Amino acid sequence: MTLALYVPTGSPVHRAPAGAKLLTLVAVSVVVFAVPTLPVVGGVLAAVVLVGLGVARLPPALLGRQVRAVLWWLVALAIVTGVVGGVAGAALVVLRLLALVLAAAVVTATTRVTELVAVVEWLCSPLRVFGVRPARIGLLIAMTLRFIPLVAERAERIREAQAARGGTVRGIRAWTTTAVPLLVQVLQMAHTTAEALDARGADDDAPPARPPSRGRR
Amino acid sequence: MGHSYGARTVLADLTVRLTERRVGVVGANGSGKSTFARLLNGLVVPTEGTVTVDSLDTRTATRAVRRRVGFVFQDPDAQIVHPTVAEDVAFGLENMGVAPAERAERVAEVLTRYGLAGHADHPAHLLSGGQKQLLALAGVLVMRPARIVLDEPTTLLDLLNARRVALLVAELEQSVVVVTHDLPLLEGFDRVLVFDTGRLVADDSPAAAIAAYRSLMAGRP
Amino acid sequence: MKTRDLAYVALFAAITAVLGLVPAIQVGPVPITAQTLGVMLAGSVLGARRGFLALLLFLVLVAVGLPLLASGSGGLSVFAGPSGGYLYSWPIGAFVVGLITELSWSRYNLGWALLANVVGGIVVVYAIGIPFLALYGDIPLAAAFTGSFAFLPGDAVKAVVASLVAVQVRRAYPVIERPRRAAASQ
Repeated sequence: MTLALYVPTGSPVHRAPAGAKLLTLVAVSVVVFAVPTLPVVGGVLAAVVLVGLGVARLPPALLGRQVRAVLWWLVALAIVTGVVGGVAGAALVVLRLLALVLAAAVVTATTRVTELVAVVEWLCSPLRVFGVRPARIGLLIAMTLRFIPLVAERAERIREAQAARGGTVRGIRAWTTTAVPLLVQVLQMAHTTAEALDARGADDDAPPARPPSRGRR
Repeated sequence: MGHSYGARTVLADLTVRLTERRVGVVGANGSGKSTFARLLNGLVVPTEGTVTVDSLDTRTATRAVRRRVGFVFQDPDAQIVHPTVAEDVAFGLENMGVAPAERAERVAEVLTRYGLAGHADHPAHLLSGGQKQLLALAGVLVMRPARIVLDEPTTLLDLLNARRVALLVAELEQSVVVVTHDLPLLEGFDRVLVFDTGRLVADDSPAAAIAAYRSLMAGRP
Repeated sequence: MKTRDLAYVALFAAITAVLGLVPAIQVGPVPITAQTLGVMLAGSVLGARRGFLALLLFLVLVAVGLPLLASGSGGLSVFAGPSGGYLYSWPIGAFVVGLITELSWSRYNLGWALLANVVGGIVVVYAIGIPFLALYGDIPLAAAFTGSFAFLPGDAVKAVVASLVAVQVRRAYPVIERPRRAAASQ
């Protein structure tokens, strides 16, 4: 898996704290919706492009790719809003979309995954309500990245095994005949993974105040 | 001691005391031997009776038991979760609260011992099957458990890697319980238990126990 | 939360990512992907709470910059785009699928499964995605609604697949352990 969304250039934008960049991103999105005038939205877009290309020294092709990714939406939205609200309305919507998407792209390209994960851990503290300890976020992410190739590999193996027995059904049946054995296999694998983690003390930092009646099996 | 999952009894009326340094466990699929292994470090708590390790009850002192008893699984893919080899080995130490400097030292030491030193920063999922099983073993041994349970450690390995793992098991200083279908692995063991449909049917020296197991299986259609 | 629950949550985040590898069918600006199948399956197999967390975890991984969405895209831009509302709806959709599944667990069958997956996996997703798109693009709700009909046939097929799979997985490897009422008193 390519993790090429981060582009290191060592600029001041890269060195800025991740939390500050995310906060700026939130501010940008609030401004472009709260003050829907062409000068303001256009100004924000210009500032984003200036910061991205000038200060952060990101390759223009990277920003170009982001624009291409939403090109269809741009065209569709421009047509619909053009019919309803005229050229000015269409321009506003298009500029707003570009400003938001590019601002987010600049933050992603200038901030390391680990820094963002740290912010996520901090943001997740309220999830204690759901029984999630923020310190476990790193473990969750590691497990997910580990499971992705395993799930893909086992899906392929099941497909091969069925092809070997002459199974070339298509459509909905093909999906269910692959998905059911796959899910049973990977659920068992996840269970074993959890056992293996527990065997290595994964639940050792559990809150000590756990009532004994909720003992784990 | 006994254990059931719901209405299904997987182990019944078992009383056994393991004091030997090398204990093997064999039995057909579904005989209850994997459950037996899991009972030894508190991954499974018996529904009847108690399991104690060095006089610690696995039900009440689960954490202390798990620190004392390392557990190596059949499928290394299921127990490796961290992106790189070194990070995965360090996982157990992090849980134990070992300081980063000592952690790095112990990880390096165990990787060298298992010939994985050159792979410390490699993605764990790109290792070969044999290397993965070594990594799984390293991840447990780095925690320096007093005893080790291995659940079919050679089942998924080729002959060469199975022999390597067998040699490593033979070299372990810890007392070891190995669940296996790989009968030659049990050569030189002190004691072998044979399970069948949830019951302990033989408990003897390796030669005698394996002979009993073979004749038991030969009598089946 | 037990380690096992964490592993299940990570597993369904991974499954949703793998579903993104299934080639999308492009209908105009609308990529029809298999990924909402992840929303339905997570809720149907894991139940409300773990299903919600699985999709939330998936979105976190996308947000921190992993290219896990069907088009190979990721990062914060996708959340800032016009289709961001659909993404935000995924954890909530999985929660609703899971809630209906848990409530009907003792008498769960294909009918209940379809109800859960259609309400959580389609109605909830549209109810959040469409107003977001209308607000974002400054277009009338009706126009956004009409445009979203392109998704409907694909989503209906996914709901059927998810339901057939969920019913069979419940028999082979049930993960939801007890009916909702007992779980709530825990």
